[in-house]
Amino acid sequence: MSARELVAKYEVVVKEKNRALNAYVEFFPDAFEEALKSDERVSAGDAPRALEGMPIAVKDNILIRGKKCAAASKILENYTASYDATVIRRLRDAGAVILGRTNMDEFAMGSSTEQSVYGPTKNPHDPTRVAGGSSGGSAVAVAANMAWGALGSETGGSIRQPAGFCGVVGLKPTYGAVSRNGLMAMASSLDQIGPFAETVSDTETIFDVIKGKDPMDSTSADHAAGSPKHGKPVVGIPKKWMEGDGMDADVREVVERAIETLRGAGFDVRDVSLPHTRFALSVYYIIVPAEVSANLARYDGVRFGLSKEGADVIDGYFKTRGAGFGPEVRRRVILGTYVLSHGYYDAYYRRASRVRRLIGQDFENAFLDVDCIVAPVSPKPAFKLGEKVKDPLSMYLEDIFLVPANLAGIPALSLPYGAVERDGKKLPVGVQLIGPRFGEGILFDIGKFLEAHR
Amino acid sequence: MQNACGAPEKNFGTRAAFMITLETVKKMAELARIELDAEESRALAKDLEQILDYIAVLKEANTEGTREFSVSAVNEFRRDDAHPFDGAPALAAAFPHAEHGFASVKKVIEK
Repeated sequence: MSARELVAKYEVVVKEKNRALNAYVEFFPDAFEEALKSDERVSAGDAPRALEGMPIAVKDNILIRGKKCAAASKILENYTASYDATVIRRLRDAGAVILGRTNMDEFAMGSSTEQSVYGPTKNPHDPTRVAGGSSGGSAVAVAANMAWGALGSETGGSIRQPAGFCGVVGLKPTYGAVSRNGLMAMASSLDQIGPFAETVSDTETIFDVIKGKDPMDSTSADHAAGSPKHGKPVVGIPKKWMEGDGMDADVREVVERAIETLRGAGFDVRDVSLPHTRFALSVYYIIVPAEVSANLARYDGVRFGLSKEGADVIDGYFKTRGAGFGPEVRRRVILGTYVLSHGYYDAYYRRASRVRRLIGQDFENAFLDVDCIVAPVSPKPAFKLGEKVKDPLSMYLEDIFLVPANLAGIPALSLPYGAVERDGKKLPVGVQLIGPRFGEGILFDIGKFLEAHR
Repeated sequence: MQNACGAPEKNFGTRAAFMITLETVKKMAELARIELDAEESRALAKDLEQILDYIAVLKEANTEGTREFSVSAVNEFRRDDAHPFDGAPALAAAFPHAEHGFASVKKVIEK
């Protein structure tokens, strides 16, 4: 199939489904031209590149030169990117065709893709339910066959949770594996771009294209391929995570079935202890708002974005930020300002930062013994639209199994492994694989094995 | 009540251990340069109480002798070279208020 045929094929589906699902906020009119260039190269006899002609959707917080990029926020509704993010340049160099930009929770803050200036994204398996978030648009684009692959970003579960809810594969790479240059910063010590695709192998192909050191991101590093310490990978199970009563029984069964499949195939399965991960969500909701309050200071109506008139320059900031930021962004900026304020810094930020190191050490200890950890993605399947949006804490609890890997900076993959029935609809359930730093290869290997033995 | 992974579940029904006053929210909003109306300020005070109540579990962690987290153990250096950038006109075009190609702001210092 030519790149043009591929783009045309996805465009037909987008025209048919996007109005109902709201995965794309913009489908690029020049996607067809890009595809034409790729086809011309191939017919001129050039060897096809890693992603030659493959159509990819991109989350609305990754800059694409000349295209609008709003992070689903009113404050950036009319902002046009002036350069390509490093991941976009790498996709283009590998021959990929960028199809459009996808919906998300404003500035990537949320777990449902409801808190967007463009309205909510719907789950293709049941449109009365959320897609998960914050990279919900990218997950739905792949799940509903509106793109071959997609890029999302994670700060705390924003790729893996929607991947799980929508029944696609999503990877949160090792912190530093993929350049953040051109990704709108939310919490810089956690943010990471990662791929979505239908299969583990396609996810790996996209990851191999976007990974690697970039002089424009000093935290990026070249990927040293990790290999299992043991001949046949040893799999760890965080028993405490599986025992809690916050999980639906049938969701737990899907994860247990994955574990049994591995055990049955001769994998050595051991319990691992991650004692400090019970603090992970608390640490996360100190560190993230703190970094958010600093990173979002740049949206002041002076250099770009919405600008509201005030009586003086300071009053203009108040009016611009009050009108431009949505409720969850305002909540996090205020919370972050609180935990960083004089008199509270030691009790909150410094303490959280120390516990974060302890969480990282828990994983380091576990990975002395095992090569990969198998865990749930979410405690329940996709929830109803509107169910949690007014209750921030219940939304935060969505990411309880996901934020430990973000805080530790280690890679984690979500892959579909089963389904549960709710209101007569079959909803996908994912399984999470967590690896040591730069251990993406192990996740892909075990992920492919599970994929073949569903 | 313990949630999965042993983390505390939401504190239903019990009185929040933290009291966040409207004055505190107002002060934070002032520091953060965000205009809030009275209704949202009240809601935010409640949300903050709930969230701070939840994260209070951190008191139980033994952090003695633990250093703070750092992203990387090594410093990265890069040559201080000039690189051509042709996006300047696009950057300037994004200025909400511009004069002669520069971003313009209201006077900051009063006479």
